[in-house]
Amino acid sequence: MSADFLYIIEVILNGLMAGVMYSLVALGFVLIFKASGIFNYAQGVMALFAALTLVGIQTGQIPFSHLINAIFGTNMHHFGWQVPTIIAILLTVGVMVLFAIIVERYILHHLVNQEPIILFMATIGLAYFMEGFGDIMWGSDIKTLDVGLPSGGSLWLEEYTLGWAAEGENYYGMYLDKLDMVASLVAIVLVVSLTIFSQYTKTGRALRAVADDHQAALSVGISLRTIWVIVWSIAGFVALVAGIMWGAKSGVQFSLSLIALKALPVLMLGGFTSIPGAIIGGLIIGVGEKLFEYSIGPLIGGATENWFAYVLALMFLVFRPQGLFGEKIIERV
Amino acid sequence: MFYRESGDFKKTYQKDNQTFPIKFDRWRYYFVMLVAFIVVPMFLTDYMANAVMTPFLVWAIAALGLNILVGYTGQLSLGTGGFMAVGAYATYKLMTAFPGMDMVSVVLLSGLITAVVGALFGLPSLRIKGFYLAVATLAAQFFLVWLLNKVPWFYNYSASGQISAPQREMFGVIITGPHATPVAGYLFCLVFAVGLAWVARNLTRGRLGRSWMAIRDMDIAAEIIGVNPLAAKLSAFAVSSFFVGIAGSLFFSVYLGAAEVTEAFGISVSFAVLFMVIIGGLGSIFGSFIGAAFMVLMPVLLKNILVGGMGWPTDLAAHFEFIIVGGLILIFLIVEPHGLAQMARVLKEKLRLWPFPH
Repeated sequence: MSADFLYIIEVILNGLMAGVMYSLVALGFVLIFKASGIFNYAQGVMALFAALTLVGIQTGQIPFSHLINAIFGTNMHHFGWQVPTIIAILLTVGVMVLFAIIVERYILHHLVNQEPIILFMATIGLAYFMEGFGDIMWGSDIKTLDVGLPSGGSLWLEEYTLGWAAEGENYYGMYLDKLDMVASLVAIVLVVSLTIFSQYTKTGRALRAVADDHQAALSVGISLRTIWVIVWSIAGFVALVAGIMWGAKSGVQFSLSLIALKALPVLMLGGFTSIPGAIIGGLIIGVGEKLFEYSIGPLIGGATENWFAYVLALMFLVFRPQGLFGEKIIERV
Repeated sequence: MFYRESGDFKKTYQKDNQTFPIKFDRWRYYFVMLVAFIVVPMFLTDYMANAVMTPFLVWAIAALGLNILVGYTGQLSLGTGGFMAVGAYATYKLMTAFPGMDMVSVVLLSGLITAVVGALFGLPSLRIKGFYLAVATLAAQFFLVWLLNKVPWFYNYSASGQISAPQREMFGVIITGPHATPVAGYLFCLVFAVGLAWVARNLTRGRLGRSWMAIRDMDIAAEIIGVNPLAAKLSAFAVSSFFVGIAGSLFFSVYLGAAEVTEAFGISVSFAVLFMVIIGGLGSIFGSFIGAAFMVLMPVLLKNILVGGMGWPTDLAAHFEFIIVGGLILIFLIVEPHGLAQMARVLKEKLRLWPFPH
């Protein structure tokens, strides 16, 4: 095999894994959109907040220390203990559930029956709020997240593929990030368990009922408010997983909240209402983006990854306005 | 007392159809114009003009434009920042390529150029609807900003990638460039804001505006009663982009003076303008102004109170600003989802009946 061909394979594989990372964020969007018709812009910030909380608990940071120091003139930062990763993750899940309850109780509850654009704006307001709140609670410096995930390239794969290229060619083996591979595995587990949850459990069936028709679900005795709390909690959990993966990859910092923007074209492509759509959309976007940057990017100045996903999704939507797997939009007068 | 309608007889159709049919409203409007054009410039300090009044007018124009698209036509757009950037760069290219052209033509031409770009990016709206469209307009945002950043022709091959406005005069008064006085910039923006508000008001009252609203309420039904969706949607995108382009043009030439596209016209600009429209009130001209005023004034106030008044460190104050802006948006949406304009409407109804509400 020629080195160029191998390199293209490498680009595609890397694209697939980047796509999985996008899908992790898109999943949270889909869950909430399906269950409540809310386009939750705050999903990215939720991932940031979850990751910040995890790091904060793990390293024993004192919440609001910056604020307390500014008001009382003290100088406190850490409790001085380290919390084991698994306990910290459980505590963070608890925080995200609490967050879901607060969101339902104080925001969604008051906005029942509003137009979708109003709910969308409310989630943007929520995103602003949480951005500021997270920074005040845990500080805005860049943190490293260490939960014992492997990092760096896979040496084994590099050595294994070294011999694939033809003799005498300049080829050093494939480079794949170990973290990306773990993320792919986690994403697969997450999707399978979410699918099982929504297909085979009572709560899952209730979730799907609410997604189908709010009023009909209410009339057979499903509590909308409980369902919303559950959905936002699950979305919070997905955000935590996404936060861990992205945080371990590039540090826990403000730009983490911008991954929401990366997830939007994935959603468009896959359809807002489909869990498999989020995964497949992510894969298409990931591969398309990397291939475009590799093949055409250098000709037109590079950094095409900022917009290519959107344009690709746009082209796609012109032919299929509801996305790949979205429910067909039927309009009647 | 207020808004008295009795005894005010209209004898011609024209009088019956005027924008402010109630006398009190009309006089209040003349009064506001008087204050804006004569009283404010007399007492305007440089700080007030730079930090509050000029940005308020510029954002109000942008909000007007977006309101035409989102509030009147129902097409959710997140590409405002990109279109403002087109307006700004068009202004820069026109100012440097034709040094003799007067500023009004430059600004209007920039608006027209943006209108063409906007109509182009409005084409997908014929197929794509709702949130799918909102995300699709993000393509315009990111692509335009990338394009203006990557093609050196747009910024005249300057080494820093920045564009800066050269000095231009009107009637002997400098309005752009480093030597311009803030008051001149304020008045220049004010003329555009008032003119464009007048245009928007009358467009939305007329045939075109009604076709937009029909599309907003239900596009299939509108098509059946004879509204051409292609014409209505594209004209909405074009007119909206025209306004937004002018806002971008003024933002760059009068307010900023120098700009770098990724910083000045990023995605946060798109969201900020959308906030103004929603907080002000969807489908309301007055709402666009009041929403812009709110979003411009609040950060200035917060900064003055938290940093100036309480002596907090600036980064902490910045975080609190996020919390307060986010919290206020939530509270506003919960208390009055139809925006400040709706509050004004309720107040007006109350005042009409005022001292005898029953």
